[in-house]
Amino acid sequence: MENEPGELEKLTKILMDNEINMRALTVAETADFGILRMIVDKNDKCIQILRQNDYLLSQTDVIAVSIPDKPGGLHRIVDVLAKEGINIEYIYSALVREQAIIIFRIDDIVKASTILKKNNVNVIETQNF
Amino acid sequence: MVNYWNKEAEVMPRKELEELQGKKLKNLVKYVYDNVEFYHDKLKNMGITPNDINSKDDITKLPLTYKDDLRDHYPFGLNAVPMDEIIRIHASSGTTGKPTVVTYTKKDIDDWTELMARTVMAPGVTHKDIIQNAYGYGLFTGGLGFHYGAEKIGASVIPISGGNTERQLMIMRDFKSTVMTCTPSYALFIAEYARQNNIKVSELPLKKGIFGAEPWSDNLRKTIEDALQIDAYDIYGLSEIYGPGVSVECEEKNGMHIWEDFFIVETLDQETLEPVGPGEEGVLTFTTLEKTGLPLIRYVTNDISILNPEKCACGRMHVRMKKVTGRADDMLIVRGINVFPSQIEHALMQIPGVAGYYQIIVDRDIIDSLEVKVELTEETFSDEMKELEKFKNRIEERLYNILQVRANVELVSPGTLPRTEGKAQHVIDKRSKNI
Repeated sequence: MENEPGELEKLTKILMDNEINMRALTVAETADFGILRMIVDKNDKCIQILRQNDYLLSQTDVIAVSIPDKPGGLHRIVDVLAKEGINIEYIYSALVREQAIIIFRIDDIVKASTILKKNNVNVIETQNF
Repeated sequence: MVNYWNKEAEVMPRKELEELQGKKLKNLVKYVYDNVEFYHDKLKNMGITPNDINSKDDITKLPLTYKDDLRDHYPFGLNAVPMDEIIRIHASSGTTGKPTVVTYTKKDIDDWTELMARTVMAPGVTHKDIIQNAYGYGLFTGGLGFHYGAEKIGASVIPISGGNTERQLMIMRDFKSTVMTCTPSYALFIAEYARQNNIKVSELPLKKGIFGAEPWSDNLRKTIEDALQIDAYDIYGLSEIYGPGVSVECEEKNGMHIWEDFFIVETLDQETLEPVGPGEEGVLTFTTLEKTGLPLIRYVTNDISILNPEKCACGRMHVRMKKVTGRADDMLIVRGINVFPSQIEHALMQIPGVAGYYQIIVDRDIIDSLEVKVELTEETFSDEMKELEKFKNRIEERLYNILQVRANVELVSPGTLPRTEGKAQHVIDKRSKNI
C-alpha cells in the first residue's frame, strides 16, 4: 500500500463491502509504502477480492496463541521460544474477551507450535479464531 | 601575460587557420579513402572522391560518423593502420558491455600530448606548478591524457588517480600541490570532506583546478571556487577524439577554445543534422585533422553546445564552445562514468520477479546520485522487511557490477510508477536544471 492519506480507507471499504471481517491487524511502514498484516475470517475470498483490486499480497503462516491478559503473560511464551533458540521475525497482538491473542511470525512454525503445546501454551487452531 | 604553449598556432589569424584546415581536410579525406574500408565505401557510394574536397567548406559534402559506427566495427574495424603501428588503446563504457575502443599511433600520442600541453597551460598553469592528477588512470583517457600534457610543459605531476579523499588531502598538503585535476563533482566532494574534517583549505597551496569529464554549471563553479578557494576551469573532450584536450577555458573563463588546427568543429541541428550558425544551439560534431590511428570524419558527439567565433581577450583565435548544455541521446554521465538507461533496464530484466516498470532518477547534492525505482511484484513481495531488503541489495549489487557506479534501489508499490501510452519516461535527470 502506498503511504498516502486515504489508502487505508480504500482498503477497509473494499473489505466492508465484501463482508470480510478483520480479526487482527498491524501496519509496518517503510519510507515509501506500508505493509498491512492482517488476519481475516474469509481468507480465500479476501485474497481474491484484494487481487481484483490490484493489491500486492502474500500469504504467510503464523502462529496465534492465547494468553491470559495479565503481567508476565507474553514473557512466559517468549521465554520458551528463546530457550529453544527460535527466532521471531515479527509479532502483533489482539485482545479478545479477557484473553490476549499474540500472533508470531516464525520460520519453523511446526517446531515452534510443538514446543509451545508441550509447554501448555494455548495455540489457537485456525477454525477457532 | 597570456600563458601560451604554442603561441604561433594559438593566435593564428582566422583566415590562415581556415586555409590550413581546408588543406588538412583534403589530406584527411584522401587518407581515409585509401586506408579505411568503411569510409572508402561510404564516399564511393556517395560519389565523392578526395578530389572533390578543396576547402574547409566542402566538409558538408562528407558523410557523418556515429558512435554506432564505432560499435559496429568493434574493436579495431575503423583503424586506418595495422596494429603494429598502434601504441595505445583506450576504451570507454558502452551500452551492452561492449566498450567504445580508440587506438593511437605514435603520432597520435604526440599530437594529443601537444593538445594537452596547450590545454593545461591555457588556464594559466606553468612548469612551476605541481599538478595533482585525480582523473582515473586506466582505460579511461582522463588520467593519462592529463599526465602526458602536464609532463610536456615541465610541471610536476602526481599521478594519484581518483579516490581516497583523505590521502588526496594529505598529499595535497605535504607535496604542496598547486593544481588539481578531476571531475567537478569529485572536487566538491573533496571540499566537503575537508570541511567536515576541519582541514583549513586556506592553508592548502592549491590555486587552480581543471575540471571536466561531466557537464557542470557556472553555479557549481562558483561553489567549488568558494569552497576550495581556487580558480576553476572547464575542460571538454571525448575519447573518440583523443580524450581530454579537445577544448578548454582560458583564464577569461568565457567558453572553451577548441584547438581548430587539429579539428573542424560543426554544430548541427538536432532534428535535421544540418549545420546551424554560430550562436545557435546544436550537436557538436568533430572532424579529426591529424589522427592517423582512428581518424574520424564529422563525428556526431551528441553533446549540445553553442559556438562563439568572436576573438577572445586572451588573443587566441580558436573558436569557443559554451559549456555543454545537454545530450542529444539518453546517455547519462554519473560521477564521470557513462551510464546508459538501457544498461540499467537490461540488468533489471535479468533479475527474476522484476516487472517492466522502473524509473531512473539522477540528482546532484554534493556528488551525483543515481536512484532506481523498481516496482514490487507478487513474486518479490514479502511482509518481512528482511526479505525486501535482501531483494533490494541483490538488485543494487547487480547494477553495480554492470554500471561500475553505485545506484540506490527503491522498491515501490505496483502501479505507482507512471504508465504512458508512448515512450515511457524512464529517466529523470534533475541535474539539468542546475546546468
